[in-house]
Amino acid sequence: MKKFFYVLTFVAVSLWLLGPLFFIFLASLTPSSDFYSMNKIFPSRLTLEHIYKLLVNLGGWRAMLVSIQVALVAIAVSFALGIPAGYALTRYIFRGKNMIKLVMLFTRSVPLVVIAVSLVTMYLRLNLADTMFGVALAHGAMVLPFVVLITSSIFSGVFVEYEEAGMIFGLSRFGAFLRITMPLALPGLAASAIFAFIMSWNEVFASSVLAITNRTLPAHILGTAMASPDYFKFAAGTIMAVPALIFIFLIRKYLISMWGISLK
Amino acid sequence: MAKVVVEGVKKYFGNVKALDGIDISIEEGLFVVLLGPSGCGKTTLMRCISGLEKVTDGKIFFDDEDVSNVPPKDRNVAMVFQSYAVWPHMKVRENIAYPLKLKRVPKEEIEERVKWVSDLLHITELLDRFPSQLSGGQRQRVAVARAIVHRPKVLLMDEPLSNLDALLRVKMRSELKKLHEQVRVTTLYVTHDQTEAMTMGDKIAIMNAGKIIQFGTPEEIYKKPKTIFVAGFVGSPQMNFLTMKVVSYDNEFFAENFGLKIPLKADPKMGSIIMGIRPEHIYLEKSSNSLPIMSTVYFAEKLMSETVLHLSIAADKNIVAKIPYDLSVQEGQKIQIHIDLNWIHLFNPSTEERIEL
Repeated sequence: MKKFFYVLTFVAVSLWLLGPLFFIFLASLTPSSDFYSMNKIFPSRLTLEHIYKLLVNLGGWRAMLVSIQVALVAIAVSFALGIPAGYALTRYIFRGKNMIKLVMLFTRSVPLVVIAVSLVTMYLRLNLADTMFGVALAHGAMVLPFVVLITSSIFSGVFVEYEEAGMIFGLSRFGAFLRITMPLALPGLAASAIFAFIMSWNEVFASSVLAITNRTLPAHILGTAMASPDYFKFAAGTIMAVPALIFIFLIRKYLISMWGISLK
Repeated sequence: MAKVVVEGVKKYFGNVKALDGIDISIEEGLFVVLLGPSGCGKTTLMRCISGLEKVTDGKIFFDDEDVSNVPPKDRNVAMVFQSYAVWPHMKVRENIAYPLKLKRVPKEEIEERVKWVSDLLHITELLDRFPSQLSGGQRQRVAVARAIVHRPKVLLMDEPLSNLDALLRVKMRSELKKLHEQVRVTTLYVTHDQTEAMTMGDKIAIMNAGKIIQFGTPEEIYKKPKTIFVAGFVGSPQMNFLTMKVVSYDNEFFAENFGLKIPLKADPKMGSIIMGIRPEHIYLEKSSNSLPIMSTVYFAEKLMSETVLHLSIAADKNIVAKIPYDLSVQEGQKIQIHIDLNWIHLFNPSTEERIEL
């Protein structure tokens, strides 16, 4: 009986999550004639035509490259700042430590819309508006609090004795961090990099406001595909969802430990 | 190998005083055990010697070199951690060779020394495994191998046996001691287990509340405990303490209570005195220099090889006696016991320090 409800819940949740995705994927592969036919739910054949057109003719390919560049730079920026901060939060005891953690989360409570105008003004002054780097910087700032909190919980999973042993046996403090802690934290850090990548990949507002010609994929889709026939919108949805799904699938094992929760 | 001298070392964590003026001098090649209850500062003292903690005040010397401000990597010490801390991302061979590699020892010599140490610790067949593929006892051997392979001046061990099961612990105890006899490196060993301390230490430093209370050979610690704390901490079951009244008859002094009248050699110049007697020095038979006392059996722990008797000698006073054979007694039975006067310890009740009388 218990097992039955377990299976039922599993099926219900899966349908709830995968059902819409299935229809998005299906619609994106449906030829336009079938798409608008009232008496067909499932198409007579599948086609990559819409996705191809969106990527090649409508500039989706270029936007995707911008998206990847933006995400990589955002990861570089947020990791350069976030790893030392996350390490410090784990290894050292200092005043206001919990306050700092809390304040970092507060930054998420201010919607980007509120600061959009001032942000754009500042970007115009700094000549950062409509540049790949400008968007990347904004994304870096956006993911930074998450990177700090996630890396701190990953570092706390690397026992301090490993580092201390390193220091006893001939490494400096920084050397021990580099040679002992980093290799041990690497899988977790890679997972958090992918997480940051997905956050940047999915972000649409900042990219739409801060760039016009150098838009990331979601911002580009918002501008182009939304003004196109419906099957392009579904094709856009597919393009957006597939990479994110693949990456989340790759790091699923780490998603829980990244947030400092242990299931042991 | 080096002589280790600690001079007036204090260590504070914020306002918490962990070490309160430690002075100790450890001769070269000695195996010294730091023994004390948890929170007494023994691990902190070891970490100060390793350099992982900086002393707040005082100095630490290796031979004649002041190392108080030298970072751990340049102190040439080695440490076996309680959790072993064998690096999980390196194979056993790499774990052992890593300290040598960092010291830029030539490759052939590294191989030679890894071979030497893995033969010594019987881990040759484990060299190509990862730590996750080893048992606790094997990981421990790897940790010890890593610690002695680069011939440290001082070897530090922080409760290395506490994570092993009881049988393995006894086995490793003798093996570590044997190993020390072979490599003769100055060793500092932290434990709260008095059996480990008594069996392994050339000398034992008993610590309490951030201070070293007594530093001496196991025999000295057992025979002449300096304070009530040491007397009570070492020995199992614990030493019995009896508060005695000091009385004098014709210029002769006695400690009197519970029907006992123990002659004192001189005037202790105090109204009362604390007498300590270990359970193993209370007998059922009279000996050459003993005093009898009547008691009632309260409870008997039968361990077959020995019997631990909990005896009531007054309405509110129980003492423990250890009889080295199996004994049949009933609870409530009255028996006469004999206290060996050669083995009594006397303490000042206010300072709790030993008095030689």
